[in-house]
Amino acid sequence: MMLVHLPVFLVTIPIVASLLILAAGWHDRRFCHPIALATVLFQFGAAVVLLFGVMRGGPIHYHVGGWAPPLGIELVIDSFNGFILIVILLLSAAAVVYAKRSVEKEIPADKTVSFYVLFQLLITGLVGMTITGDIFNLYVFLEISSISAYTLISAARRPHSYVASFNYLVLGSIAAGFILLGIGNLYVATGSLNMRELAVMLPASYELATVHSAFLFLMIGFSIKAAVFPLHLWLPDAYAESPSVVTVLISTVMAKVSVYALFRILFTVFTTAYILDSFPVTGIVLFIAAVAIIAGAVLAIGQDDLKRLLAYSSVSQIGYIMFALGVANQIALEGGLLHILGHAVMKGCLFMVAGLIIYRMGTSRLSELKGVAKTMPVSCAAFALAGASMIGIPPTIGFMSKYYLVLGAFEAGHYLYAAVLLVGSLLAAVYIWKFIEVAYFGHPHGEEHGHAAGGGRNDRGKREAPLSMLAPVVTLALLCLILGMGVEVLMENVIGPAVTLLLGGA
Amino acid sequence: MPVRENVVIRTVSRLAVPFIQVFALYVIVHGASGAGGGFQGGVVFAASFVLMVIAFGLGSVRKRIDNRGFMICSVLGIFAYAGIGFLCLLFAGNYLEYGAIEAALGIPHLHGLLIDVVEAGIGINVMAVMTSIIYDIAEQRGKSL
Repeated sequence: MMLVHLPVFLVTIPIVASLLILAAGWHDRRFCHPIALATVLFQFGAAVVLLFGVMRGGPIHYHVGGWAPPLGIELVIDSFNGFILIVILLLSAAAVVYAKRSVEKEIPADKTVSFYVLFQLLITGLVGMTITGDIFNLYVFLEISSISAYTLISAARRPHSYVASFNYLVLGSIAAGFILLGIGNLYVATGSLNMRELAVMLPASYELATVHSAFLFLMIGFSIKAAVFPLHLWLPDAYAESPSVVTVLISTVMAKVSVYALFRILFTVFTTAYILDSFPVTGIVLFIAAVAIIAGAVLAIGQDDLKRLLAYSSVSQIGYIMFALGVANQIALEGGLLHILGHAVMKGCLFMVAGLIIYRMGTSRLSELKGVAKTMPVSCAAFALAGASMIGIPPTIGFMSKYYLVLGAFEAGHYLYAAVLLVGSLLAAVYIWKFIEVAYFGHPHGEEHGHAAGGGRNDRGKREAPLSMLAPVVTLALLCLILGMGVEVLMENVIGPAVTLLLGGA
Repeated sequence: MPVRENVVIRTVSRLAVPFIQVFALYVIVHGASGAGGGFQGGVVFAASFVLMVIAFGLGSVRKRIDNRGFMICSVLGIFAYAGIGFLCLLFAGNYLEYGAIEAALGIPHLHGLLIDVVEAGIGINVMAVMTSIIYDIAEQRGKSL
């Protein structure tokens, strides 16, 4: 019977839990992590139950306070955001498991409690953004998650992390301002804030300048949040300077939710009729996405810092997802959605490995990591696997999503753009190889001075990271492989219906 | 401290603070039926603390209520809100569907009271957070306050 209320529990219980963390943490800091872990596992379980519910019985609507949609706020779970919900909570759960030791090492002890409170609030805000059916409510949750994120990025308390956080705060606030203006314009044009109702009412005013400007505001706002290429300037610093576990969360969960919100606004609120006919934007998006894929990868190749390299790689990979939006047919969007899952899993894994290396080696500069694979064999193997997925080597998930994207591009007749995808993959191979080469084939310092193998760092033997950090890394790396092989099941049951829904089908 | 010497500021504050707090409570309680509500009332309540910090200095205000007190207040505030929300679920309503409790217990105008509890929760929380921010700012700017 309580199952009916699961959607609202997804948001309320974590908020209560975050305060519980605060109260319990004040008493004893060791309570923080178990509560956070229990909460995120509950959320993940709830998300799984909800997705199965959606697959059986169609979209789930929950009216908060018993007020029907035009008046009240509605929580909606359909096959599209049910899927996103699973992705973000899977990654959040992995990040929370990973957090324990990482936080002990990187966060000042007296800030641990507030760190976990904010961490929990960040996840809650992102979950709220995903399940809400009301665009103003979306904005409120966006602010909850953004403010938590700004604080978390600076949690390492280094001068650079303050600057990164401040930059992100400025750009994020601009983005939020754009989004709010867009929402306001939509409200002026229609008098509604409910997504479903907006979709019904908007076609009457498709030609209004108010609606066009609302569209552009929302598009630019969410593009900044999602770090689509020319608007990505906050991203490298924010990813590279924040504590490892925060990088994992914002690079996977937060980036994906911003992309989700963009898709949701474009396809559910404005519908394909608008973005294809009234305000043809897909051609431009496709071009920008292509530039993003190449530029992000080229910039990544030029980096010497592992986290920064991966951050620029994110810019490139977001390009792939936007590419799906630009092509906007069934197959390409399936590829795009699959890439949301795939990129979250593999980038989560890669950033976790970067965090492990920082944990053990104290640096993420490639020039100082020669031969690190001898010290940390499991971590580097996980990196290689997830990296193979990033490049798109066949049995992995990264290959499958790019395969669908290429098929979609062919179907739409964009042969040149399909070539861009392949070039992007080749460039990905270059930047992933940069680390693999250093880790596996680089010789630790000391050997260059004529010592035999076994000198220098090798003396210390294998020093893997702690198990609680290694377990999520290995799980995610294996998921890259398993998801790639079981992609048919995923496509038929979840992603296929989600894309049909996006394109305005049943 | 020059601030502490000023008899006018201290006397006026001493007079004004109770009125500000009563007005804050009025705004909070009024939220269910008209303009006002927990957030506005909470801010007004916090303003009274700000006035006290300015007039009497951070130290003497902190003796009455410190950060730990505010932490407890903010947690309790949200728990009151969430608690009413969950209570509605027990009476087979949706989250925060006050009407369900009213219908089940048969007490007229109960929903207004429930909204007041929620508003009070918000008010306590806003008051606590606002004031703790002021504490933080006052502490870091000048240690002397």
